[in-house]
Amino acid sequence: MTPSPINDAPSAWEEGGPERLYVLTGGRGASGRRADIDLITLVVARAAARPEMQPEHASILRMCHWPLSMAEISAYLKLPFSVVAILVSDLLRDSLIEVRASVRMDGIGDPELLKAVMNGLQRL
Amino acid sequence: MDSRGSELAVGPAREDALPASAATAVKIVVVGGFGVGKTTLVGSVSEIRPLTTEETMTEVSVGVDDVRGVEQKDATTVAMDFGRISINEQLVLYLFGTPGQQRFWFLWTGLFEGALGAVVLVDTRRLEASFDVIGRLENGGVPFIVAVNVFPDAPTHPMAEVRAALDLPAAVPIVACDARSRASSRDTLLALMRYLYRLSTQSAAPVAASAATE
Repeated sequence: MTPSPINDAPSAWEEGGPERLYVLTGGRGASGRRADIDLITLVVARAAARPEMQPEHASILRMCHWPLSMAEISAYLKLPFSVVAILVSDLLRDSLIEVRASVRMDGIGDPELLKAVMNGLQRL
Repeated sequence: MDSRGSELAVGPAREDALPASAATAVKIVVVGGFGVGKTTLVGSVSEIRPLTTEETMTEVSVGVDDVRGVEQKDATTVAMDFGRISINEQLVLYLFGTPGQQRFWFLWTGLFEGALGAVVLVDTRRLEASFDVIGRLENGGVPFIVAVNVFPDAPTHPMAEVRAALDLPAAVPIVACDARSRASSRDTLLALMRYLYRLSTQSAAPVAASAATE
């Protein structure tokens, strides 16, 4: 598992280079990713991490004990959003997490929702 | 704690966790040129220390030499800072600050999609840096306001002058902002929200009609 010390591009592996990202997702591209997951989709674990899991899957389950957005998971794992989206899709397929879909605005918002955001900001 | 995954035992501190009842998230995008204060604004109002998410984007470029149509794919990692405000027990607002290079903002699929709206943060010393993004937001149908970040060493201009220089439509609000101030940054977000609320109540009927046909 450990990269060879004579690996000619160790930094690419360690720093989220393409090789590591390819391995993390089993070489899957967008095909392994649910289309309804975006940066602010909230993820909540429904199961505990198990030792035999891929470490990144286990990390997501641990950090999502409380709801956490995809953007935050990406930040804490230091992985690109698209890679986290594939990992989260795996967990969703196995019913180990639930996702709470974000509200999508497409130009004009729902006045009630906008009012709620205004009220919240006014309390800051 | 298992030893195998211990190095990956990462995540938010307990005090940074959302309540279990958090069910809905919305977002606002803060756009502006390099060094205009986007991250400062996000950090001023965020309840968590701003975090950074990233995306790897592939730009297909064809070499200038004719190498029989060989395409070269350049992978670029774009980082974006963001913060969070819990609006109530169910609703969470995320604030995203765009990266400095404008050509990447609209490559990031889904960044503006579904956003409540955008704040264009401008520096009066570099107004021209905002022309392109304002045009793109207008074309993309993303509602926005303009906030002029007040830098101590920048000359002050009447808002009407800035509005004219940016060729802003009369309906688009323009406000002064001190991104370092929590109150001023909050008021900037409120100015955007009031504008969005006005838009939503003005055009509620046609939107409801179009949604019903889908």
